[in-house]
Amino acid sequence: MTKQAFSSLKVNSLPGPDDITRVQLKNGITFLFRPNMNSMAVSIGGYVQAGSIYDPQEKLGLADFTTSTLKRGTKTRSFQEIYDTLESIGASLGIGCGPHTAGFGGKALAEDLPTLLEILADVLMNPTFPEEDIERVRSQLLTGLDLRAQDTSSMAMLEFEKLLYQDHPYQNPSDGYIDTIQAIGVKDLAEFHQTHFGPEGTGLVIVGPYEPEHVIALAEEHLGGWVNENQAEARQVPNMPSPEKTIMKHHVIEEKSQTDLVVGTIGPSRRWKGYHSALLGNSVLGQFGMMGRIGESVRNQAGLAYYAYSALSSSIGPGQWMVSAGVAPENRDKALDLIKEELKKFVAQPVSDEELRDVQSSYIGKLPLSLESNAGVAAALIRMETHQLGLDYLRNYEKMILEITPQSVLEAAREFLDPDRLVISSAGAEL
Amino acid sequence: MSLLENIPSIYLENGLEIKLKEIHSAPLISSWVWYRVGSRDEIPGKHGISHWVEHMQFKGTEKISSDEMEKAVARSGGVWNAFTYLDWTTYFETMPADKIDQALELEADRMVNTTYDEKEVESERTVVISERQGRENSPSFWLSEALHNAAFRIHSYNHVIIGDQVDLETLQKEDLENHYKTYYAPNNAVVAIAGDFDKSKMLERITELYQDIPAGNDPPRVNRPENPQRGEHRLTVEGPGETILGDVAYHTPSASEPDFFPLLILDSILSGPQGLNMFGGGGISNKTSRLYKRMVEEKEVVVDIHGGLPATIDPYLYSLNFIVHPNSTTDDALKILDEEIQRLQDTPAKAAELQRAVKQTQALFAYGGESITNQAFWLGFSEMFDSYEWVTGYLDNIAAVTPDDVQRVAQQYLQPKNRIVGIYHPHKKGNNNQ
Repeated sequence: MTKQAFSSLKVNSLPGPDDITRVQLKNGITFLFRPNMNSMAVSIGGYVQAGSIYDPQEKLGLADFTTSTLKRGTKTRSFQEIYDTLESIGASLGIGCGPHTAGFGGKALAEDLPTLLEILADVLMNPTFPEEDIERVRSQLLTGLDLRAQDTSSMAMLEFEKLLYQDHPYQNPSDGYIDTIQAIGVKDLAEFHQTHFGPEGTGLVIVGPYEPEHVIALAEEHLGGWVNENQAEARQVPNMPSPEKTIMKHHVIEEKSQTDLVVGTIGPSRRWKGYHSALLGNSVLGQFGMMGRIGESVRNQAGLAYYAYSALSSSIGPGQWMVSAGVAPENRDKALDLIKEELKKFVAQPVSDEELRDVQSSYIGKLPLSLESNAGVAAALIRMETHQLGLDYLRNYEKMILEITPQSVLEAAREFLDPDRLVISSAGAEL
Repeated sequence: MSLLENIPSIYLENGLEIKLKEIHSAPLISSWVWYRVGSRDEIPGKHGISHWVEHMQFKGTEKISSDEMEKAVARSGGVWNAFTYLDWTTYFETMPADKIDQALELEADRMVNTTYDEKEVESERTVVISERQGRENSPSFWLSEALHNAAFRIHSYNHVIIGDQVDLETLQKEDLENHYKTYYAPNNAVVAIAGDFDKSKMLERITELYQDIPAGNDPPRVNRPENPQRGEHRLTVEGPGETILGDVAYHTPSASEPDFFPLLILDSILSGPQGLNMFGGGGISNKTSRLYKRMVEEKEVVVDIHGGLPATIDPYLYSLNFIVHPNSTTDDALKILDEEIQRLQDTPAKAAELQRAVKQTQALFAYGGESITNQAFWLGFSEMFDSYEWVTGYLDNIAAVTPDDVQRVAQQYLQPKNRIVGIYHPHKKGNNNQ
């Protein structure tokens, strides 16, 4: 297959510098907009520099608790009034917490964008953290932690991150622990909000059927007046070396039929120069088709698991490169051996030309599908902004993907994956 | 073309039903093949066979190996998957428009040519068992399984779709192959395609691919209607954990019955809106629904509650699932639930509540319509239990529901004698917390 054979992508129909509007609002909020005149609905998204890396060690879960309570009441609206406004027009607004940022996303019918922005601005700027509501949310969060303790997949992942990111802010679960959630008071929530929520480092994205001038004016009206002179600066996180040797832990959860297994190590950050090589390599390893080489070995050949795949999780700081599988407890070690075998092969020799062509074709082909909805475009614009990829990123995407070589994939794999230095975490019944 | 325009079916001589919808907003096509077979068609000893056959459909044919199949779709950047449900099994591919022919060819081929190799069957046995074991890790799976057993003594909706462990251990290659040959035939299938194509050319291609596949015999159906329930069933499932879960299910009519739409509005008022978006579009929260407001916010007897009224061929269940608040009890939760149901039975809902349900439904269709995969899904989905007109008439039927209708269906169906109350109870909690 020649390179031309991939070029079915209509590059100019993808979002790019000529149809994405990017401006700073008066208070510094970065605002991006892309029109979609065919749509009856609007999607919004964005982020504030208020993620879980800012949690104090004795109050882990504070950022998550804060984002969970923003909609519990504002200076002018009660919880029920906020939801009455949203749900009566069929709109939705969610706010969640990641390691670096609190992210938000919402939808509405096109005519209801002003209402959606008004509520968004109100809950971001004016939350009051009513005491009674806080206790209600605390019960919900604690119940969530009880359920997490019974979930083999969540616990395997939690223990994996604890072992992988020792003494790093990423080692902590964003939803905290029972004792740390119990230690958080109303004052902590208000203070966290006061310290970390503000226009500095905040991004807002809108995708829907409007003219740019119209939505810029709406964004200015609702969020352009937000000021917080006390807002803390965004924090950088340190790099993280790979583990010095293999570390293995099994977390016992009684009476579980299936054991969840996570095997991995530190992966690239999203801004690492070889990121796309690692991305395509990961696809060969445990994604392409029915979960790549890992799926072929663990699921198709050995029949050991319903799911077995590899994943690359890359964001601002040090990422993760891992393999996950759900297996019967007695098959955990067999699956582990097969996974290690695949990792060894993966760092020993380059992927074949055919394998690389397959995943290149796949990544180029799936781009339009990921951008068919307003929410998909909004998510892409947020990624482009967060990781400083440039407004022409999607238009250059095909070229970047085609520049990857088997050698660059091997170099990326060797940079991060060492089959003798892995973190292995499993959760399930006693082995 | 509007989002919900009627699309007449086209039939080939072998009985294959075809529905095609041109959408030119993106260079994508989503192609679905639906078969009228699901766990409803299974008898004891063969529970889970429909789902296992679905897995076997990815094992290849004489013409194309499993590996080549996967690569053909993946190379294009497309997505594909399959689902087995109570009444149906479906396979879809959403791909760049210029690559869809591979998927069309693949689906026509595996309608009748899937190879059943002993080794592949055995390898898939452990995969399917592993899938079931993964689900067993969740307390709600055990609760749902027990609840279905209690709700349906006679009807084949009585077992979970994944099947019983004992059947997954004992089903044989011949059983699977027979099931496949019985139900996978053009006269038992619907091909539904939406996206960036020319309708006449697409019809020509589909005809070419399928016209030589002979019609099968009319597939047998398990026809064992459930008797009306004569009193409330209560059951408890015990297991590990700290959290009490509840599942209260009422017997409700099939999706074709006129009462189904008032029940959808009832569900929306009680526990929040549900849409028909399987692929993207997202949902709308339920914080202003009556049960959420009263049970989560006001009385704090549960920490979350959701409802569901699946559209099915035969009468099925309206379920309310909740997580009991750590400081409350199952009895308290059920008491408040019953008070709210009583309120709906005693007093007609407000017109504003119905209007809200209509607006939410409109919004959910608008969100879902952004995805070509969703639009193609709608084309075939309701053909499985009614007709596509069920989807195109959905909004009008929702809008036509009156407060009196909602009150009437609440009185008729939401009776204790018509329900099953299932509780998942952690060992640690002891019996005094019930």
